[in-house]
Amino acid sequence: MSIKKKGFKTVCIRNKSSTAERERKYCKWGEGGNRVTREDECETMLKSKTLLKRTRSGSVLKLVREHYLRDDIGCGSGRCDLAPCGESGSGSALQPDPPAHCSSLCPQPHYIVPDTNVVLHQIDILEDPMIQNVVILQTVLQEVRHRSAPVYKRIKDVINNAEKHFYTFTNEHHKDTYIEQEKGENANDRNDRAIRKAVEWYNDHIQKSLNDSAELQTILITNDRKNKELAEEAGLIAFTCEEYIKSLIASPELVDRLACISDLSNEIQSTKLIFPEHLPLSRIQQGLKSGKYIQGSFRANRDNYLEATVWLHGEEDENNEVLIQGLKNLNRAVHEDLVAVELLPKESWVAPSAVILQDEGQVDDEGEEEKESPFILLGVFSKATGKVVGVIKRNWRSYCGMLSKSQIKESTKHLFTPADRRIPRIRIETRQSSTLENQRIIVVIDGWPRNSRYPNGHFVKSLGNAGDKETETEVLLLEHDVPHQPFSQAVLSFLPKVPWIITKEDLKARKDLRHLDICSVDPPGCTDIDDALHCKELENGNLEVGVHIADVSHFIRPGNALDQEATNRGTTVYLCEKRIDMVPELLSSNLCSLKSNVERFAFSCIWEMSRNAEIISTVFTKSVINSKASLTYAEAQMRIDDESMNDNITMGLRRLNTLAKELKKKRVKMGALTLSSPEVRFHIDSETHDPIDLQTKELRETNSMVEEFMLLANISVAQKIYDEFSDCALLRKHPEPPPSNYGILVKAAASQGLEIHTDSAKALADSLDKAEVPGSPYLNTLLRILATRCMMQAVYFCSGMDTDFHHFGLASHIYTHFTSPIRRYSDIIVHRLLAVSINADCTYPDLMDKHKLQALCNNLNYRHKMAQYSQRASVAFHTQLFFKNQGIVDEAGYILFVKKNAIVVLIPKFGLEGTVFFEEKNKPTPDLHYNEEIPSLTVEGTTFKMFDKVIVTITLDSSNIQHQRIRMALVEPKFIVFGFNFPFKSPMFSSYN
Amino acid sequence: MAGLELLSDQGYRVDGRKAAELRKLRARMGVFGQADGSAYIEQGNTKALAVVYGPHEIRGGRSKALHDKALVNCQYSMATFSTGERKRRPHGDRKSTEMTLHLKQTFEAAIMTQLYPRSQIDIYVQILQADGGNYCACVNAATLAVINAGIPMKDYVCACSTGFIEDSPLVDLSYIEESTGGPQVALALLPKSEQIALLEMNGRLHEDHMERVVDAATKGCRDVYAVLDRIVREHMEEVSPTTLVGE
Repeated sequence: MSIKKKGFKTVCIRNKSSTAERERKYCKWGEGGNRVTREDECETMLKSKTLLKRTRSGSVLKLVREHYLRDDIGCGSGRCDLAPCGESGSGSALQPDPPAHCSSLCPQPHYIVPDTNVVLHQIDILEDPMIQNVVILQTVLQEVRHRSAPVYKRIKDVINNAEKHFYTFTNEHHKDTYIEQEKGENANDRNDRAIRKAVEWYNDHIQKSLNDSAELQTILITNDRKNKELAEEAGLIAFTCEEYIKSLIASPELVDRLACISDLSNEIQSTKLIFPEHLPLSRIQQGLKSGKYIQGSFRANRDNYLEATVWLHGEEDENNEVLIQGLKNLNRAVHEDLVAVELLPKESWVAPSAVILQDEGQVDDEGEEEKESPFILLGVFSKATGKVVGVIKRNWRSYCGMLSKSQIKESTKHLFTPADRRIPRIRIETRQSSTLENQRIIVVIDGWPRNSRYPNGHFVKSLGNAGDKETETEVLLLEHDVPHQPFSQAVLSFLPKVPWIITKEDLKARKDLRHLDICSVDPPGCTDIDDALHCKELENGNLEVGVHIADVSHFIRPGNALDQEATNRGTTVYLCEKRIDMVPELLSSNLCSLKSNVERFAFSCIWEMSRNAEIISTVFTKSVINSKASLTYAEAQMRIDDESMNDNITMGLRRLNTLAKELKKKRVKMGALTLSSPEVRFHIDSETHDPIDLQTKELRETNSMVEEFMLLANISVAQKIYDEFSDCALLRKHPEPPPSNYGILVKAAASQGLEIHTDSAKALADSLDKAEVPGSPYLNTLLRILATRCMMQAVYFCSGMDTDFHHFGLASHIYTHFTSPIRRYSDIIVHRLLAVSINADCTYPDLMDKHKLQALCNNLNYRHKMAQYSQRASVAFHTQLFFKNQGIVDEAGYILFVKKNAIVVLIPKFGLEGTVFFEEKNKPTPDLHYNEEIPSLTVEGTTFKMFDKVIVTITLDSSNIQHQRIRMALVEPKFIVFGFNFPFKSPMFSSYN
Repeated sequence: MAGLELLSDQGYRVDGRKAAELRKLRARMGVFGQADGSAYIEQGNTKALAVVYGPHEIRGGRSKALHDKALVNCQYSMATFSTGERKRRPHGDRKSTEMTLHLKQTFEAAIMTQLYPRSQIDIYVQILQADGGNYCACVNAATLAVINAGIPMKDYVCACSTGFIEDSPLVDLSYIEESTGGPQVALALLPKSEQIALLEMNGRLHEDHMERVVDAATKGCRDVYAVLDRIVREHMEEVSPTTLVGE
């Protein structure tokens, strides 16, 4: 319920009696329960708030709320022994003796009370370990909560950190610090007064409680000049944040982390205002209502800093994007902000420019001329175009990147270039520029005034030298928001004790499958084995097939710290040279991992199948297994092919392989897609951890064999848990892409004389199978790569919150993830659901709550996406390292996309994708003709079409340390070659199952 | 904009109470001369009036009479001005029919109806101001009115609502706490024997939490009992100072 603060009115109601609970308390203090004093005291303890509110239908609603005041709220200082403080349990959050002489302004020991704006803007400072003994008032906390959710979360984390000695004082409910809003006083002034009142109370209170002479003071930190003056009038000690931080003797470097809030009156007004004003929120809301403005999230274009799209919420049809072009129209919006846009008149609508443009602007604002993008195209291809009129909500986070040092040596203002190209450069102030110059640093945006070309920000911390493998990995993980800190003690404390043994009770609760010839098949070097298989013949001629999945949910119990950590991480992230585990190593590589020749707990899914892969019956059970062999895909393949081997495991593998082929045939018949994406694997030097060779992943029959059975298990489990819990089953769906997504694929195929049907999954699969052109064997793969990029992202969801369950890529009506609980949290939830449905475990509240489950799904989807991005980034970084060692290489590649001024080339050997530009700054532009229909690009008489074969030279360009680039230059077909400018793009991986 | 924080980390609710604390409860007995028994109660901003007639002969059809006990007839209504928005509430809408039924069940369990065969006891309750816990306020008011009418009961009936928000049970919900849509339990208890006269729950609550919630509600009912008992004794003192008996 939102409350309009304007309508606040406080009325005092005088009452006589009180509740039993309350009464007992008074009896304790009011000597012997003397009724007269008790009631006198009561009278002032209940306030009521009356507020008037306008409802949606326009009628006026009167709300009356009670507001109880208390006298049992402690001050939080461990030193205080006055009545309520000594008694209450939470009494010792603040240190009894805060260190003295840490600030030159206030040599006495002291507590700090920041006001709302200080918490909101200087949270980086407050998070520093140096800042301790801070009292956060309830008034402040509530205001922060309303104004910024991220800051609220951060301040709460700080408060919960015992080492920081932060204390929340519930001043609004304390009988001595509660104040009523006065007539003519607005809500902000009232809150400021409440803060001052609380500080005053603290000073009095501490003085009263301290009998010894040690001076303990409470300081108000506020950046509001009026507030500070009023505080000083009232005899309080008040400093601005800047004054206080500068006075700290021990840590001068904190000053850099002060957010620069432009004090407008102080700043020399720049003569030129670059940006139009943002509209106030009230006018935006009016505009949204009347349809004049549209609300959406701002997505900056990675390749062109002068272009962005605004993605509109809640609109299902195709036109859910608005194009924004030009600096003025972008109007200081930053990637991921929630903005209001106004559509431009139709005649000025433009087409998205197919140009790649990077901000190479100068450090100073002045030299920067507003360049209108010269590529504006009118006509049939134009899209809805608009301009940003206001920002509804900023979604700023902290950004990794590097400092571009100012040319002026003494300058303390420098530009910071974020690693993410969608984020504009940020101006920061630091005195440590020379040390930070070659380091990766983290910076936060504070604001973006109208007269500044760049947003203002401040330095947060340094990650290490750029180019170091550790630093780069850290950057990569931070940029993708991957939680990668070592597991905390609290988490580790929930691990089972080692040596871990299987007890008799365990065996009683589980099916004993130790006698079966189970084996696992995985990629080489895999230590977290979460699936194993077996197949044996039954007496009736049918086959028994078992998929055994590590029983992680046995070790991770719902709700404990270990579970919470895994929930948050959501997935294990595999980088080229390291793995960021979702669960601690003891579980992932040992107790849960289904290694050979040890007894392990498993969750088994056992089918009885006929010879032509019809499922006759399905059984789910918790089990104990003893895997007989851990094989790699290659080893398993060798066993199957080697006719001289006839042991049980090999026989089992052969049967599985035959069944898998049947299963696959069925699946393809149903319309399952076989897509392709170039994947690469690095051979990494064991000493230096540098990549020494690079090869694309090979696919064997055994890969597909394991995949088929995992799919089958997932589908069986999905059906089972959905039957059992129709409201709260965790499932996975893959929506069908809208027809427009296929445009590029159909066009590209047509240019090669092929036809691709996209009306159904089946039609698409069939036409992809038929798409062969004699003489170019790789063409089919290229088409499949393109088709992959037309697809939508598969997502987790809760069955009670959605109606469409279809999995498009697998052509299955229902699907979930069950087979990799060591590396995916979704599978753990599915395990728990399945365990409940077979009565092997009991449920817990959050599992049955569909809203909580959906929230969990959203987090998992986010983490999966981020994990994928970070994996790509890691491959990209290692590719660079590889080419650094390789020197210059000539390779054959294929044109994947044709842009207006460039072509994108894919090199199958390395799975590498790069852009070849045909124009560059300071060079004459060659004669370019772009034909959008085919699409093709003609450069100086040479025509480039999609899928054409080209030969390129690959080198590493280290001129910019932050963005090392893979340079690609055309070797064949030859024409006059200009300088090139290529951002390196990593190969796209796709995981659609 | 974030919604309201119903329970802060420091353990305070929106109005400053702790999770297990009731709102200020005050009441008066014998507010009307004409009725056999009456009472007015305030639980925070929820205000209710209860009137009791009887036991008397069955009114209306004789056929309704029960040969071995008294018929308990209840009627629940809300004043037009009881909520923030003024709204005409005709008698017999679904909500008040349900509430009527609940009250009837509750008092059939508490009043010693077997003492008055073939007769009728009427309990009329009206909500004057609604701020959450309407059922509970009605039960508590009706208890006082029944006592005021001198009808024998096994025990007081005390009622208290309990919600479950952010993993902790909150006792005696106010309107804003109720309107968040979390699960809510209403418990009517005979405090001395700890017998449950009525237990009603709306919303879904996992069984693991049930016990905690009911425990909290039980404690709430006992707190209500302490206050009601005091009010009854004070009232007796006023009416006839000499007849007051000890425990």
